[in-house]
Amino acid sequence: MADRITLQVTRYLPEDSARPTSRDYEIPLRKDWSILDGLNHIKDHVDGTLSYRWSCRMGICGSCGMTVNGEPKLACATFLADYAPGPVRVEPLNNFPVIRDLVVEIGDFLEKLSAVKPWIIREDEEPVDGEYLQTPAELAEYKQFSMCINCMLCYSACPVYGLEPGFIGPAAIALAQRYNLDSRDQGSHERLDVLSTDEGVWDCTFVGECTRACPKHVDPAGAIQRYKPTAVTETLKAFLLPRGKR
Amino acid sequence: MTEKVEYGEFYARWYKPRVSRLWWLRRRSYLVFVVRELSSVFVAWFVVFLLLLVRAISQGEREYQRFLDLSANPWMLALNVITLFFVVFHTVTWFDAAPQAIVVRLRGRRVPAKLILILHYAAWILLTGITAWIVLD
Repeated sequence: MADRITLQVTRYLPEDSARPTSRDYEIPLRKDWSILDGLNHIKDHVDGTLSYRWSCRMGICGSCGMTVNGEPKLACATFLADYAPGPVRVEPLNNFPVIRDLVVEIGDFLEKLSAVKPWIIREDEEPVDGEYLQTPAELAEYKQFSMCINCMLCYSACPVYGLEPGFIGPAAIALAQRYNLDSRDQGSHERLDVLSTDEGVWDCTFVGECTRACPKHVDPAGAIQRYKPTAVTETLKAFLLPRGKR
Repeated sequence: MTEKVEYGEFYARWYKPRVSRLWWLRRRSYLVFVVRELSSVFVAWFVVFLLLLVRAISQGEREYQRFLDLSANPWMLALNVITLFFVVFHTVTWFDAAPQAIVVRLRGRRVPAKLILILHYAAWILLTGITAWIVLD
């Protein structure tokens, strides 16, 4: 194995240039180094002006999403050795405006996330003795969707989001389903108005790239497809049934 | 020479990359997606063709014979062969999505995706068989 590898990192410095450029950095190639370790090496020893987001280094925080050789990846969970002898292209996430270098603007995602009310909604907050109990089967119903770390790799992989920025998007819908399928939650009707619109689940045409990109195996495409029959039955119920029986 | 960029009131100007016109060639799944979207026209034609057939049957033997003559036209035949291809394509991709949309639990266990897929194909073959039996009998 060669002992050095080149990272071709996209630089965008709005004070210098209107367009991003690519800069090559030759760094040590170590077996246990992730792309993030490589970027940290550049930041510490080669070029301190490089900007990127990171925090936990272990695939939990979802901060270090970027495009590695054209694929959306977590920089901390993607290893340099897998790309040897290189070079490795490191670009910001697709489908998001770039603020600086590898840092993208995520306000749109955060707005969409809060629009689906990703928290437990109770109609009447009963005082419970201890906590709301749940069987393992009830937990299994939503657990997969609760693994989402909001890393936005799925938004970067989704061509629909690139073309229709109004699309509520894979992670937000998966997280809505995480709460809809939770036995303690009673707020699915509040999420229906957001999810069953054109810009909700119906914008998704099942490309499936979100599920392939997801580093936590959440399967957002599955969550969206699963919600489509629900959206249809709930909308029909709203038409056909008197208010009290919905 | 670099072009100077003004800072906004609160932040630097964002770079908003444009989606390239050939984005759908970048990945096989993107290409399949675009083909599926565009070929919906053929699925719509398939429905129109069936409705025209029903209408021709309801209007008596002469209309039905005219419809059959029209269908035998080489252009119409070619169109319908292409349509058949895309309707099958849509059916297969629809079935691929079905196991992810349908979550059935039997005795607390989730019915495996493969079984749901097999049941879809079995139903397809069965219905095709029944239709063929009615038409050819």
